[in-house]
Amino acid sequence: MKTPDSEVQAFLELEAYIAALQVAGSDTAGRRAVLIQVLHKAQDLFTFLPEEVQKFIAAKLNLHLSEVYGVVSFYHYFKTKKTGKYTVDFCLGTACFVRGATKLIERAEKMLGIKMGETTKDGRFTLGSLRCVGACSLAPVIQIAGKTYGRVTEDQIPAIFNEYKG
Amino acid sequence: MNKLVKREELGALAVTLQAEAAKGAGVARIFVGMSTCGIASGAEPVYAAIAAALAEHKVQNVELVKAGCVGLCYVEPTVDIQLPGKPVVTLGNVTPERGRQLVTEMIGNGQFESPFSVNDAAFKKQVRIALRHCGRLDPERIADYVREGGYQSLAKALFELKPEDVIKTIKDAGLRGRGGGGFLTGLKWELARNAKAAPKYIVCNADEGDPGAFMDRSVLEGDPHCVLEAMALAGYAVGARYGFIYCRAEYPLAVKRLEIAIGQARELGLLGENILGSGFSFDMQIKLGAGAFVCGEETALIHSIEGKRGEPTVKPPFPAESGLWGKSTTVNNVETLACVVPILEKGSAWFRSIGTEKSPGTKVFALAGDIKNVGLVEVPMGMTIHEVLEEIGGGSRDGKPIKAVQTGGPSGGCIPQSKFDTPIEYESLTALGSIMGSGGLIVMGSNTSMVNIAHFYLEFTCDESCGKCTPCRIGNRRLFEILDRIVKGQGKMEDLLKLEELGAVIKDTALCGLGQTSPNPVLSTLRWFRSEYEDAIKRGQKPVTYSILAEKCVGCRACVKACPVPCIDGTAKKPHVIRQEECIHCGACFAKCKFAAIVKE
Ligand SMILES: Cc1cc2nc3c(=O)[nH]c(=O)nc-3n(C[C@H](O)[C@H](O)[C@H](O)COP(=O)(O)O)c2cc1C
Ligand code: FES
Repeated sequence: MKTPDSEVQAFLELEAYIAALQVAGSDTAGRRAVLIQVLHKAQDLFTFLPEEVQKFIAAKLNLHLSEVYGVVSFYHYFKTKKTGKYTVDFCLGTACFVRGATKLIERAEKMLGIKMGETTKDGRFTLGSLRCVGACSLAPVIQIAGKTYGRVTEDQIPAIFNEYKG
Repeated sequence: MNKLVKREELGALAVTLQAEAAKGAGVARIFVGMSTCGIASGAEPVYAAIAAALAEHKVQNVELVKAGCVGLCYVEPTVDIQLPGKPVVTLGNVTPERGRQLVTEMIGNGQFESPFSVNDAAFKKQVRIALRHCGRLDPERIADYVREGGYQSLAKALFELKPEDVIKTIKDAGLRGRGGGGFLTGLKWELARNAKAAPKYIVCNADEGDPGAFMDRSVLEGDPHCVLEAMALAGYAVGARYGFIYCRAEYPLAVKRLEIAIGQARELGLLGENILGSGFSFDMQIKLGAGAFVCGEETALIHSIEGKRGEPTVKPPFPAESGLWGKSTTVNNVETLACVVPILEKGSAWFRSIGTEKSPGTKVFALAGDIKNVGLVEVPMGMTIHEVLEEIGGGSRDGKPIKAVQTGGPSGGCIPQSKFDTPIEYESLTALGSIMGSGGLIVMGSNTSMVNIAHFYLEFTCDESCGKCTPCRIGNRRLFEILDRIVKGQGKMEDLLKLEELGAVIKDTALCGLGQTSPNPVLSTLRWFRSEYEDAIKRGQKPVTYSILAEKCVGCRACVKACPVPCIDGTAKKPHVIRQEECIHCGACFAKCKFAAIVKE
């Protein structure tokens, strides 16, 4: 959970990041060209992209808000809803599908009592999905907080979630 | 290392590095495979354990290398050991414990327990061009690449060859795009060279959107400099001074290694202004994708680099004429670029001597799914599917016959076992209703439902369709609904014809490559596995039957009262029976029974 203080900090950091790109004097094409990387940075800082953040970016890059929103909504990677502390991403690429990824998801849904895309009440876990992290040889694969788990079986699911109790 | 400002300095540096390596001829090298797949399998603790053991035993003359992936993903973590003057020994499934042991074995008699035989069919049948350095050098050290002769081809081109000569060599080699389309790379460069609009751009397509393919990731993580050098060469050939690498955001390690590589190449003067004093300048940056499959398509990718929604546009104009910001843009796939330097090194005749007449060279395949030896293999074009799956891949996991293999991802099709003697080439796969694609081979074992696979791919396409053109946005949605009905047991036989008809229309009318190929998984499974569709429909049409279990029935007559026909016989307090020939399968009795005496089948 972000305290207002850390939120201010995040906005300041984002502002500095945008300033360092030195596109203020560029034409629209030049400012637009950095939009996606700015959104990546913003999502790193805020964990998702709420409206205020999108408005802030639009103002800083001097782009229309509708354009920023259009880009945010186009790409799966950008999230506009608040997520839990940890997002557990199940790979739903072909290799993982063939090796039983859906069974893992069912198990996790049952265990947490939520569906794909939802967040647990305590705000700890969000269940998400990815399309292939390129570790297909280890299928099925899940990713939590940048860590990749390969050759996951249904029975390992509780233990893996337990690692993120704290 | 100082910045190199003359061609001779690069040569001298390579000589020094090689001499150092030769001086250390007594040096053993230990390579730990540390790509995403290796790390996820636990390569980091293995590396630490080996390092600790080396320190503990005070072993001198050993170089411990964090290398890329050798492709043996089914036995990761892997460790390759090269003792002075001996062939490389590969060890699989290495635990930290085993890692420590390896060090003892190495300083002992130099014999290792249970190594992989180098004569393993899996290795012998492979020819490594794009993957030649993967697992054999440290991707985070430019010195390793320079020692192996890296950037010499660029230097040679800049000082000895005209741009036209570079293009001619690539054209003569017959190199075709490995990103899926199979377009002649040399021809693409020539078109870009002849384009008027300046500035021009080089783009490396590292979006690798096909779920199940990971060869581009492996090249980027294992040998990033070969891609940078090829991009600079492409820039020299077409007359571009700037490049972009468009990499998917799901590959953080690849991005990190690319950043390191670009930084080191700049520092050494192999990227930037006036490279090696030749007067040619070339630089580049990385652009991150954001999880959209369609952005692998080149026009969509270009829009994404421009910071827009990644929607494709109609070709022509081709990017070579009008791409990034309306300027000439050459888009090449990672694996295509990885073949460029070897071709310039060894010549087009050498490249042509590998593979087939129409598809020269090699192709990297990612074996995944129900196959024993999952991993990356690089084989000459023209090898049969059977050879790749059975002889190199080791067959299915459960030892039963493989049912089918999917090539080309969501744009490709399923190839049945009866066609496994087909040689792998661009044209031969298209003839089977599939495509070469990026080289993902997803193996389907005997109990995979082909209808479910087609359902999976269509769901993927519906999700990834950018929505710009109607055939793809709405057509695929309808196609999916029909298929969904069949999967849920509500299909009709006419549905199969509808699938074929609608699929053909979408292929003919969609705007970009995504829509034009999206019906392939359905059409190809319908073509080769029609009976599975028919069975699914028939299963659905067979009505459920209800029957009464005599041992549970207490004769309460609740079912008799509920039955609208009525077709249930029996006297009170005695087990009842349903007259099946009259039953209308409404389930009213089933819902009423309090004793679980009625079963549904
Ligand atoms: C829907 C779609 C997705 C694609 N995805 C990729 C991809 O992920 N990587 C890639 O290199 N090419 C991809 N392509 C092919 C590119 O459009 C383009 O042909 C290729 O990057 C050109 O490089 P090449 O000639 O070296 O293959 C895709 C094409 C389509 C239609
Ligand atoms: S399909 Fe799951 S990692 Fe590639």
